[in-house]
This record gives sequence, C-alpha cells and structure tokens, in this order.
Amino acid sequence: MFKQASWDEPVIFSRGRKGRRGHIPPKAEQEIRQALGDLNSLLPKNMQRTSRPRLPELSEVEVMRHFLRLSEMNYGVDSGLYPLGSCTMKYNPKINELLASLPSLNMLNPYQDESTVQGILEILYRLERWLAEITGTHEVCLQPAAGAHGELLGTLLMRAHHKLNGDYEKRSEIIVPDSAHGTNPASAAMAGFNVVVVPSDDDGCVSLGALKAAVSERTAGLMLTNPNTLGIFEKNIDEIARIVHEAGGLLYYDGANLNPLLCKARPGDMGFDIVHINIHKTFSTPHGGGGPGAGPVGVTEELAKFLPIPRIGFNGTRYCLDYDKPHSIGKIRGFYGNIAVLLRAYAYILSLGNEGLKEVAEVSVLNANYLMKKLQGAKGLTLPYNSVRPRKHECVFSAKLLKSETGVSALNIAKRLLDFGLHAPTIYFPLIVEEALMIEPTETFEKEELDRFTENMHKICEEAYTTPETVLQAPHNTAVSKLDEVKASHPRTMALSWRMHLKKNAQKT
Amino acid sequence: MQEIGIKSIDELYADISQKYRLKKPLNLPHALSEFEVKRHVEALLSKNKTCNDIPVFLGAGCWPHYVPAVVREIVQRSELVTSYTPYQPEISQGMLQALFEYQSMICELTDMDIVNCSMYDWASALGEAARMATRITGRKEILIPKLIHPERAVTLQVYAEPAGIVTEKLVYDKENGQINTDDLKGKISNKTAAVYIENPSYLGFIEEQVKEISREAHAHGALFIVGVDPTSLGILKPPGEYDADIVIGEAQPLGNFMNFGGPLLGIFACRDDMNIIRQMPGRIIGMTTTQDSSKHGFCMTLQTREQHIRREKATSNICSNEALCAVASAVHMALLGPEGFRELGETIMYKANYAMQRISKISRVKAPIFNSTHFKEFTVNFDEAGQSVEEVNKKLLQNQIHGGKNISEEFPEFGETALFCVTEIHSKNEIERLAEALTGILEGKSDVQASKLG
Ligand SMILES: Cc1ncc(COP(=O)(O)O)c(C=O)c1O
Repeated sequence: MFKQASWDEPVIFSRGRKGRRGHIPPKAEQEIRQALGDLNSLLPKNMQRTSRPRLPELSEVEVMRHFLRLSEMNYGVDSGLYPLGSCTMKYNPKINELLASLPSLNMLNPYQDESTVQGILEILYRLERWLAEITGTHEVCLQPAAGAHGELLGTLLMRAHHKLNGDYEKRSEIIVPDSAHGTNPASAAMAGFNVVVVPSDDDGCVSLGALKAAVSERTAGLMLTNPNTLGIFEKNIDEIARIVHEAGGLLYYDGANLNPLLCKARPGDMGFDIVHINIHKTFSTPHGGGGPGAGPVGVTEELAKFLPIPRIGFNGTRYCLDYDKPHSIGKIRGFYGNIAVLLRAYAYILSLGNEGLKEVAEVSVLNANYLMKKLQGAKGLTLPYNSVRPRKHECVFSAKLLKSETGVSALNIAKRLLDFGLHAPTIYFPLIVEEALMIEPTETFEKEELDRFTENMHKICEEAYTTPETVLQAPHNTAVSKLDEVKASHPRTMALSWRMHLKKNAQKT
Repeated sequence: MQEIGIKSIDELYADISQKYRLKKPLNLPHALSEFEVKRHVEALLSKNKTCNDIPVFLGAGCWPHYVPAVVREIVQRSELVTSYTPYQPEISQGMLQALFEYQSMICELTDMDIVNCSMYDWASALGEAARMATRITGRKEILIPKLIHPERAVTLQVYAEPAGIVTEKLVYDKENGQINTDDLKGKISNKTAAVYIENPSYLGFIEEQVKEISREAHAHGALFIVGVDPTSLGILKPPGEYDADIVIGEAQPLGNFMNFGGPLLGIFACRDDMNIIRQMPGRIIGMTTTQDSSKHGFCMTLQTREQHIRREKATSNICSNEALCAVASAVHMALLGPEGFRELGETIMYKANYAMQRISKISRVKAPIFNSTHFKEFTVNFDEAGQSVEEVNKKLLQNQIHGGKNISEEFPEFGETALFCVTEIHSKNEIERLAEALTGILEGKSDVQASKLG
C-alpha cells in the first residue's frame, strides 16, 4: 500500500530562531576592510537598507531537514508511473545529471573569450546539427527556454517572414485547431496575431473543410501538434501542408509530441517550416517541478536568417558566436539558452544513437496502445474519436458516462489514482473531450507498472459504482487530503506570500 | 504486442504515409555506453577554462557566486528533480511549499507583496513587465535608461513591438551616470505606461534618485518598474521602499551556477493590488487549507490568468518555467537569512570597490568612468593608455586572467571600456594579480606575471 510522507512541516518562516545562521559567506580580507573603512561611508545614505529583510533564521541542519521533508512530500518519475499526457514523463538518466553538474560547465560565464569555451560551443554546435537532423529542418536555434518560448520565437519568425515579403499587415491571423494546447493561441497572440480556431473532425484530426474555409490572404500560418493532443497522427498532413502553403502561410510544428516520431518520421519532411522541440519531454531532461526546460526551434533554409543572435558558427577549426545577422529578429532572452539542460540532451542522444531513439519512439507507442487496449472496457470510460485507429504516444479517454452515472468525475479518478502511488493522467485537456483523461505512459515503464495502473483504473471505475464516496473523497494516502483550491484564489482568503498570509490573519483578528 | 494483437510495432505506424516514414538511419552519432558518454563529454568540457581554473572578472547579467553544499544536495533530490508542474497538489506539496517559500522570501528581500514562481530570466521578465504595464494602464510607451544591458534592451524590444509598445531611452548624467531627471520630465507624459530603472545599473553603479523617479512616474499615472540583482538587497534599499509597482531581476546568483548563461531565474514581483495581480504573468503558488480545513497546504492559484485556461487572452504564454532554480534560490535564501544577506552584500561591495580603487591607481587608466557608488561591477577605461580592451584582455589571458566584458561596441561613447565584476569568490590575491597584470600590460610588460601562474 502507498502512503506518502506527511510531515507537519510549517512554512519556513515559522522555523528557526533569531540569531541562528545556516551559511556564512566569505568575508572580505582584513586589508580590504581596512583600506575602505566603513561601508556606510561608501553607500549613499538614502540608498542604505535600514530594515533587515524579514527572512527566517535557521541553522544549516534545520534548512536541510526542512527541505528534505518537503522533498519527501513530492512525487517524481523516479517514484513511479507518471502518465501525464502531453508531458512525456520519461526517466531522466542519472549520468546526464552527473555531467550537468561538472564544474567545467557550471563555472562558465557566457561572455568568456571564445578560446576558453571551445568545448561547450562544440557540444552546442553538434547538438544543433543533431536536432536539425532529427526534425528534418535546416537550422536549429537553442535559445528558447521552454516549449512556449519556442512558440513565441516561431510566431515572431512568421512575423519577420511576412514582413520581409511586405504583407505582414495583411497576414494577421494564425490558425490553431481546437485540440491545441493553450500555449499555441497564447503565443500567437503575444506575437501580435489574431487567433482563428478550426474544429476537429470525427476522427479527431483537423477538419479539412474547416481549414479550407479558414485560410485566406490573412493567414500567417497554422500551428499544429502532430501526433495531435489525442495521440492521433494527422492523417491529412499532406493536404494540410498544401492548403496552408498555397494560401501563403507557414506551417508550425508544436514538438510536444515528437517522442513517437523519433527516427521514424520527421516534421520537416511533412512540410513544417518551423519546429519547436520540448527538450524536457522528448530528450529526457528532468522537469524539475515545472522547469527549467529548453525549447529549441528548427526552421527551413529560407527562415534561418531570422533566427535570434548569436548563432554558433564553425570554420572547420574553431567555434564562435556570430552576431552579424542583419535579418535576425534579435533576442528573446539573455545569452544563448538553457545550456545545462541542453547538455543533458546531448548526452541522451549520444547514449542512444539512431537505433536507440527509434526504439524509444516505438516502445512509447506500444505502451500507449497497450494501455488503451487494457482500459477499453473499463466501466464508465469511453474512447472518443475513432476508437479503432492506433494511437501514437498517448490516448485520451472520457469519464463523461461515468460522471453522469455515478457522479465520479475525471478529477475524482485522478485524485483516487494518487492513493495507489500512481500519478494521475492529464485531465480536462484536450478541451474537445469532456471529462478527459489524457494518458501518456512513455517508453520508460515496464509492463508490470503499466498493469498496476490499468488494474487500479478498473478498480476505481468499479468503486465509482459501488462505493463512490471512496473516490469522491480521495485522495486519502497523500501528504494532504483534497485541497480547497477555490479558497486559494479567492481575493478574501488568497495568501500568495507569507507576508500576505500574515496581513490577512491580522485583519481577521 | 500479443495483447494488442499486432505482429510488428510498425503496424502501429501504418497510418503514417510511407513517404514520410524514414527508410534510412539518420545521420546521428553511434550509441555509446554510459562510461564512453561520460568520458566523451568530460573530454569536451575540459577544453573549457572556467573561473575555477583562472580568475575571471566577468558578470554582466550572469554572475559567479558560491553555491552552498546544502543547495546542491536539495536540488538533487529526485522527488523534486523528476516531478512535473504540480498539477495534482496533494501529491506535490513539497514542490509547492518550496516554491511558495521562494516567492515569500523574494517578497521580503524586495519588499514587495507578491512574486510569481519564476520567469525564464531577467531579460524576458522585462519584456513581460512592459506588456503587463501597458495592459494595466492602457498606454503604450515605456521609458528605459540608456545605460541598460543591451541584451535586455533587445529582448524588451522583441517582446514589446508586437504589442505596439514603444520604448524610449532616458539620457544619463555625463558625470555620474545617473538618470537625467530633466530628460525624464521632458519625456514622461500621460502616454507613459511605465518608467523602468535598474539598480544596480548594468554598469554597476547605484541609481540614487529612486524616490524622485518613482514620484515622477506616479505623478503621471505611470507604473514604476525596477530591475534588481538580489545579492545587493542585504545592504541596498529594497525597491518596495521606493514604491516600485513591479520588480524584476535575476536570481541566478542565489543558488544557481552560471552554466554558460542558462538556466537563469527571472524574478517577477508586484504589490498587493488586485488590478495589478490579475495582470501578472506566470504561475503563482498560494497557501490554502484542505477542504475539511484540518491542515494547511499549497496549490497553484489564479490560474484563470494563464494560457491553459485563458488561451489567446492569457497574460502570457509561459508554461514551463525555472521552478527548480527557484527552489535552489529558496534554499540559498533560507541558509543566508537576514544576517547572511548583509554580509554577502558587504563582502561583494568591499571586494569590488577595493578592486576598483586598486585599478584606478594604475596610471592612464580610468576606473570607474562614472563618479557614483558601485556595487559589484565597475567600468575600466583604457583610452588614455592607448590600448583597446581587446588587446588588454588578450594579454590578460596570456597571464591566465580573464578580464572584464568589452563594452566598447555597445557604448561607443565610452571609448575603450570594459565592465569588470568582482564577487565574494574573488580573493584579494586574485585582485592584486589582476592589478599587477594590468599595470604590466599598460606599461608594455605583459609577461610580468606569466611566471606566477597559480
Ligand atoms: C502540446 C503542448 N504544447 C506546448 C506546451 C508548452 O511547452 P512548455 O511547457 O515547455 O512551455 C506543452 C506543455 O505542456 C504541450 O503539452
């Protein structure tokens, strides 16, 4: 039986005692202090901090214990199955962590002389080439910090492309399917476009009729996830690319679901002009509870001139950072990218090679279809959209029937799964499936762990009909029972920081 | 495969047209064993020279600081490292509480009320802050200092332009680099969405007219945005005390290595004002209770601002962020406490100012170019010595020392000028070595120190 640690660990501000110290930074040498005298004579009076920051005061061991206890109240891929659809929660090889903690990487400043950073530049340069090869694009830029950041870059590239062609003013629309992730429309809007939504057909694919009706001389491009967020490969990708290109638009590939295509098929070959990759999904770098990730972007030869500066160059003997790119859109962040994350991806590709990556793709698809098969027939669950077509890396079930018959919702199922030491699938996404349960097992997990998941899913569906209260009141075995999320966002009770919490408490009394 | 009823995995790919199915292996490296991967990557990385090998006097937005051992220990805990965004809060309390504590401690440092649980970095946080200010005020102009980090200025431009935001630069006082408040008064109007300053500035000096700039911004109904380096906030007045509305900055120095410029950790803070909070980008963790009110707990809040719910009307597209870096910062801040922050600030300021004074004594060298108080970075000008930064840095490197960042192209008006950075990791010895090497180089004896390699 699973029982998560449940420490009664207070917020760190309530720990410790005045005067305790956890870490003592080095002091300036005596001679330096003497030479300069009192610092207050250096600092202008009006800029001195007069009140101490109200930070907690703890000993080193208290800090260690506090955060160790917190970590014990968390669940990761290393704890067990984490079938969070669209998030590709695969195992993060430990060798990559080890390499990313080498001082020969950690201690590098981005502005160092090129002669002192040849090693890291070589790694990044090669990684760009490998990612271009894997995605079937011409050039890859490593700068974006995450998938959504890559999307922003991609939509800015569309903007730059249409601007150069002189029809940016006219091309004000980006099309996204109704199954798209929220970042797609949000990124398009950030880049200044209006968003046009096209519906999916009965097969869960982009409706060609609707797409034809949506494109026009206002179309800047289409953003597409393929396989889409239902785990279904867009059967008409050929036709989609033709429609968009003929309308003068660009085709954008949201790479969140690249895992099942690794070394099997390439977005570039399907006509995609811009491709982002979620390194923290497909290339096994850890999600870290929400980041850091990396979202490199690959583009066609025609679009390469717009990529952010600097580009990594190589003249046959030396690597360099090239800022001389007159058509570049500029920069979307400081420096060159989330390098420590990218290094892990480099090691991952090197560990697997073409055959290994292909196997990753295949096993991820096999696992997803196995789960799909095993879950079909679970009482109250249905598989919307073409239920015979194989899925790729993930499948999406609906708990709509279950909810109407028992009152148990996708949310309740998710919470109940936690009780068995399993993470929940993604729920309520994609939006086109009511009571959605989006399940992505990845290639990581062995049959026994997958079976444990499906068995418990069946059990929960049974419970929904026999003892619904057990499911409705779940979770029971996690660090805390079900949380009041409404209270957390209500202006009267909202406490977004410790000081806000103290203020609200003071008002109450 | 038996269970699914297939004979080959390729059957599961049958719906992908043959013309897209790869027939040949891609041009990728051959798979290596774990040991070989390790040896290969180590060999490549060992071609680098780091600030562990030679003293490096570079910062400029990504700074060398000591990361305490406890920080490393915590951010290697696999329950934290291998978890996703805490969508299921009941099983993710550890991450959520740590992030809430990060937010809360940054609040205390900056004297602000609300902090999101991270942006990608300072530069993108600036872009988001500008967009947020225009949403709040309905205005489209942002005033920024001329002496801004060029990478931040470009990023801001790229983020702002699609939203129709125009940025204008405020000139500085030639003598001390401070923002010219007459210029501010001339440029500010009821079209100004926000005035942005950095403290310490890109060139390392402290902007002192904060109250006046703040007053000027607010008098015109504009927001006041301040960018900070948090290592200064143990000794420097926090922006909340001079009425900043939005505070951004770079928290990489708190618990995170430089890693050649990433990952970084963008700070984003604001005041307790619902009109402002509703426009915040990014995730915010809040404190709540269990539904039966028996226990406190944490979860993501105000998600109706975010892309997964609001889609194209979201306050930002940000999804994955820099959460684990924020945890590192939380641990570092908890270790330092108020006293540690004061000491850290003092040490940095002592060492940097000592280095500055020491270099300024070298003949025909001007350090700094502005007569203001400097925190951890300062400018050094070689015009009088008749040498370019490039030449000087090259010779320094021959002496196994890495000089400051060459800013001659970014700011041609300063001539041959470099931006040096000194933190708590630089010893007095290294500072002396730098000063002696510079003396030798500028007097044409560049190999003086070559024999003393450490
Ligand atoms: C389909 C899809 N697109 C885009 C994103 C955004 O990626 P990131 O979180 O790296 O910004 C996600 C992440 O959840 C996703 O699932």
